[in-house]
Amino acid sequence: MSRVHDMGGRFGDGAIVPEAEDDPVFHADWHGRALAVTLAAGALGKWNIDISRHGRECLPPVDYASMSYYEKWMAGLAGLLVDAKVLTREELAQGRAIGSSDLTAKRMDADKVAAVLASGGPADRPSDVPVGYSVGDMVRTRKINGNRHVNGGHTRLPSYAVGALGRIVMIQGTHILPDSSAHRLGDAAEPLYAVAFAASELWADPEHPKDEVVLDLWQSYLSAAT
Amino acid sequence: MPHDHADHDHPHTLLPSDPALRVKALETILTQKGLIDPAALDEIIETYETKIGPRNGAHVVAKAWTDPAFKTALLKDATAVVSEMGYYGRQGEHMIVVENTDEVHNIVVCTLCSCYPWPLLGIPPTWYKSDAYRARAVREPRKVLAEFGVTLPSDMAVRVWDSTAETRYLVLPQRPKGTDGMAEAALMDLISRDSMIGTGLVSAP
Repeated sequence: MSRVHDMGGRFGDGAIVPEAEDDPVFHADWHGRALAVTLAAGALGKWNIDISRHGRECLPPVDYASMSYYEKWMAGLAGLLVDAKVLTREELAQGRAIGSSDLTAKRMDADKVAAVLASGGPADRPSDVPVGYSVGDMVRTRKINGNRHVNGGHTRLPSYAVGALGRIVMIQGTHILPDSSAHRLGDAAEPLYAVAFAASELWADPEHPKDEVVLDLWQSYLSAAT
Repeated sequence: MPHDHADHDHPHTLLPSDPALRVKALETILTQKGLIDPAALDEIIETYETKIGPRNGAHVVAKAWTDPAFKTALLKDATAVVSEMGYYGRQGEHMIVVENTDEVHNIVVCTLCSCYPWPLLGIPPTWYKSDAYRARAVREPRKVLAEFGVTLPSDMAVRVWDSTAETRYLVLPQRPKGTDGMAEAALMDLISRDSMIGTGLVSAP
């Protein structure tokens, strides 16, 4: 089973509301602040991107569904800060610092921002896992979704693409496996592929016989198919 | 490591209920603790409001339209090519550019969260992060496109890219007819953010 964030293909969400090209990047001052606090806290190095995604995914479904985008970011961040022992529950409750931190040397000062944003954080790593598939090979995704290390843990195979027959369209090198990295179990890098699925393989009522969905999937999510 | 908290006991419930005050509380505590620099927050916000946005992507697209050798290189190794233009960075570490043709129209989504090529398009618009777009773009992309005013020829395939890893996708829209004489800078003004996500087309002026 998956979690509340895994919503691809779901029914019932209604129309999309497009935005003008020149709409503000942040629709309220606190939105920009929420993004910036999240990036600055991330720079302390106490979690990686997979841990932070999983933090948001672990929000109770009723909260996840009712919160706006940046509210989810703030809630996820509060959880990460407490779980990583950067802040205490008491500090959150009182709204002020209690005691000092041994992480102050990691603080991202204003003059470092441009360099940090420009340097990024690549996710490709060397791996001993041999590349098992070639472009054009047919593969099938796991029939039962879920993290193989931690029950209810992080994974990046969406439920709508479980047990589906697809075709390898790109080999993307070897990347950190989120299922491992999100739980501090190591990078466990393995081959990553772009895999194309016919819409008719995924949906009861596909819109068009030529349509496809392409997902980026790790080798351990796949098995050979004919 | 993140884990499940009972609803009433999740750390966020300790913060003020008003979202703006909640952000302020986190900023205040982290600043008092010496862990964030408020001036750095200003710098991050200003960067994504004024420096890193869809003009970067439009530059790449306009160049691809006017320089065949550049386009070939871009489709082969986008990360290297856009890095040379100064557009490498956070959330754009592994770039792939997918080309719209008469046969196929590409559209990008992230059903699991909100993955988006920041160095080329900036921070995603609200609709891209909405439940409706995340839920529907994979299952009914043509209905979604219609809500953006886009109708495709009946023989054209739609390819939806769900950004499930750290690879980030940029759509190379088709160059509109009637723009043959236009230079790169003039073309850039025609290229919308939505056309590079795949929810828009580019029109001649």
